[in-house]
Amino acid sequence: MVATLVRLRLLVLRNSFRRSTSQLVAVIIGALYGAVGLLVVLGALVGLSFAPAEVATTAVVLAGSAAVLGWAVFPLLLSGVEQTLDPGHLAVYPIALRPLMVGMLLSGAVGVAGAATTIASLGTALPWLRSPGVALIALVTGVLGAATCIVVSRAVTSIASGLASGRRFREASGLLVLIPLILAGPIIIGITSGLRSSADALPSVAAGLGWSPLGAVWAVPGAVAAGDPLGALLRLLIAVATFAVLWAVWRWGLSRSLVTPTRASARTRAPGKSGLFGILPGTQAGAIAARCLTYWFRDPRYLRQLLVIPLLPAIMWFYSSINHSNGYLFAAGPVVAFALGIGMIADVSYDSTAFALHVSKAVPGRADRWGRASAMLTFGVPAVAIFSLGAAAVEGDWLPAPGLLGLSLGMLLSGAAVCSVTSARFVFPVPEPGDNPFRSRPGANISLIGPTFAAWGVMAVLCLPEIALLTIALVTREAVWSWLGLAAGIILGAVLLVVGVRVGGRVLDARAPELLQQLRKDA
Amino acid sequence: MAGDDGLAIRIRGLHKRFGEKIAVDGIDLDVPSGSFYGLVGPNGAGKTTTLSMATGLLRPDAGEVLIHGVDMWRQPLVAKAMVGVLSDGVRLFDRLTGQQMVEYAGLLSGMDRPTAQQRTADLLRLLDLESAGGTLVVDYSAGMTKKIALAAAMVHAPRVLVLDEPFESVDPVSAANIRDILRTYVDGGGTVVVSSHVMDLVERMCDHVAVITAGRVVAAGSVDDVRAGSTLEDRFVELVGGRRVGEGPEWLRHS
Repeated sequence: MVATLVRLRLLVLRNSFRRSTSQLVAVIIGALYGAVGLLVVLGALVGLSFAPAEVATTAVVLAGSAAVLGWAVFPLLLSGVEQTLDPGHLAVYPIALRPLMVGMLLSGAVGVAGAATTIASLGTALPWLRSPGVALIALVTGVLGAATCIVVSRAVTSIASGLASGRRFREASGLLVLIPLILAGPIIIGITSGLRSSADALPSVAAGLGWSPLGAVWAVPGAVAAGDPLGALLRLLIAVATFAVLWAVWRWGLSRSLVTPTRASARTRAPGKSGLFGILPGTQAGAIAARCLTYWFRDPRYLRQLLVIPLLPAIMWFYSSINHSNGYLFAAGPVVAFALGIGMIADVSYDSTAFALHVSKAVPGRADRWGRASAMLTFGVPAVAIFSLGAAAVEGDWLPAPGLLGLSLGMLLSGAAVCSVTSARFVFPVPEPGDNPFRSRPGANISLIGPTFAAWGVMAVLCLPEIALLTIALVTREAVWSWLGLAAGIILGAVLLVVGVRVGGRVLDARAPELLQQLRKDA
Repeated sequence: MAGDDGLAIRIRGLHKRFGEKIAVDGIDLDVPSGSFYGLVGPNGAGKTTTLSMATGLLRPDAGEVLIHGVDMWRQPLVAKAMVGVLSDGVRLFDRLTGQQMVEYAGLLSGMDRPTAQQRTADLLRLLDLESAGGTLVVDYSAGMTKKIALAAAMVHAPRVLVLDEPFESVDPVSAANIRDILRTYVDGGGTVVVSSHVMDLVERMCDHVAVITAGRVVAAGSVDDVRAGSTLEDRFVELVGGRRVGEGPEWLRHS
């Protein structure tokens, strides 16, 4: 049974390659990254064998603890990624709990991340190459450590999946974890600067971790090498107990999730309300704008992009305060404009096959394009205006404000223009409706790269006049250039948008059935 | 209308190939105006592909589709305005409430807002979805989802309704209600094309039927003609083949 489960995992992995070459390429590139990373880690471990034993212990314990912590946290961020051995799918088969768990444990080591972790864990024997006895012990604890990593992720997932059976909870938690991710830059800077100032404290931190469930397993070989067999035994006991507790938690969560299938929860809105459909113009384009706006605020995949808007200025403010430079804050408007403009590159892909409704109702391509673009502009324009003018107000420098606003509006409008064409032509693999917004399909990022970069390049060229005028304004400190930049942004952007909508509309009119077929194939 | 020869749908020489697989291999089909037409066939016979091409959702490799004399692929705007589509296996804009979803479909077909709102209210009442009008479609049951998709297909008062598997996972009471609605629609001069696996249902509900297998029409005409004195199910099995006679393997016997 265990072998069958592992084989199932491998089979699904292989079949997913067969579906498309781009996925295969993506996995190969992912594996290359993994292999390079692994080589670096293994090299570092070999290098540690030339360092004093205490240094090796400290490094291994710190890295190992981080790995365990990572395996505990990542599944929460990426819930719904590895569904091959989803207990919900296996519930109908009469599989005893123990072989099921062993099978899931082993199949966890089969993916790229699992394999890399396992090899690196076994590699913790490398620093002790010169004392073979310790190295042998390190091999054993390495296996235990890798198993702990996988079990902790399974335990966390099984508990979380119980909590997350409601759609609402699942979607909300998926979005909440985004905030630390976006703020990762400042957080990492904070931690590293903290670490740098307390580098002397690292050995004692490692010593502490060595007695904790996170790091005990990694500290055993070091303790043996340091001639402390009792300490090694105690740490080993902690490590084994940790594994046992995690296993029990996983077992409990799994047995519960096997008998309580996930179910949907519903909240009803007052009937008789049409929402935005009653407010925006009752035309085809107006209806599409209302639908898109509703989605921007109701669909986690769009909300994720929306969340970036308030967080980006916060990040800019953080960087400008630590660097004592005002350039960052001024960039907030254009950066948000860029993100929103280019964010629509996959707009039709997000519809998935629901786009069939547009095709069957023979919606003119131009109305479709206008609707989608205007939905984004209704909140995009006020947002970038506030950020551009707000930055000027905070910095007390009003001279570049009009040019900055012009650049932001120009980027927003020409982004919408470019995406009006691309989204009529290309289908990007995006998370499907209802999926975790972080679920990037294998291959998604790779196959996006070509058209995305092309779109960025086109957008940069289209915005050159605004960029040039703003630069001149900043260099010469003459307000007239700044105002010219504003005019350029509005006029040029508007013209480009009209052109983009027309071209995109024509493409859509000509190829809507082909686009739908592509969406079907992708779904 | 010019070229309208009493046929709601006229299909000639329809072909579609997906890679190596020929999904539809030269289908001719005449759906008389005002008929209740059943399309039956085994899984993978090409029913969905045929209906997709007939409704302008999938471009045929070859062949012609006329809706009341209008070429679907030459004048899609005119043709599509006459057709209401319920597709099997496509998503809906399910983050909208049921009411918003139908209203959206109405506005997309180009009607003004008061009309769209009025028709939405009527359709929700007709389909027993009034109380669910404020619930997001994503939280609907499978049967309710089918019904809301049907409402979206009917909102622009099409002359032809093309429904792919409309009764799948719909409970018996709702199915009976939907049947009544479709019957009333046909009595009012509309044409309905349904695809289904359920022979019994087609036999009771439809007046015309076509049997499709392996991308070809093997029998078409009035239900009585096609079943030729036998039941539709027996006739279907006869036409399509693949019926296995005999007992199952020994190990599957418990007595």
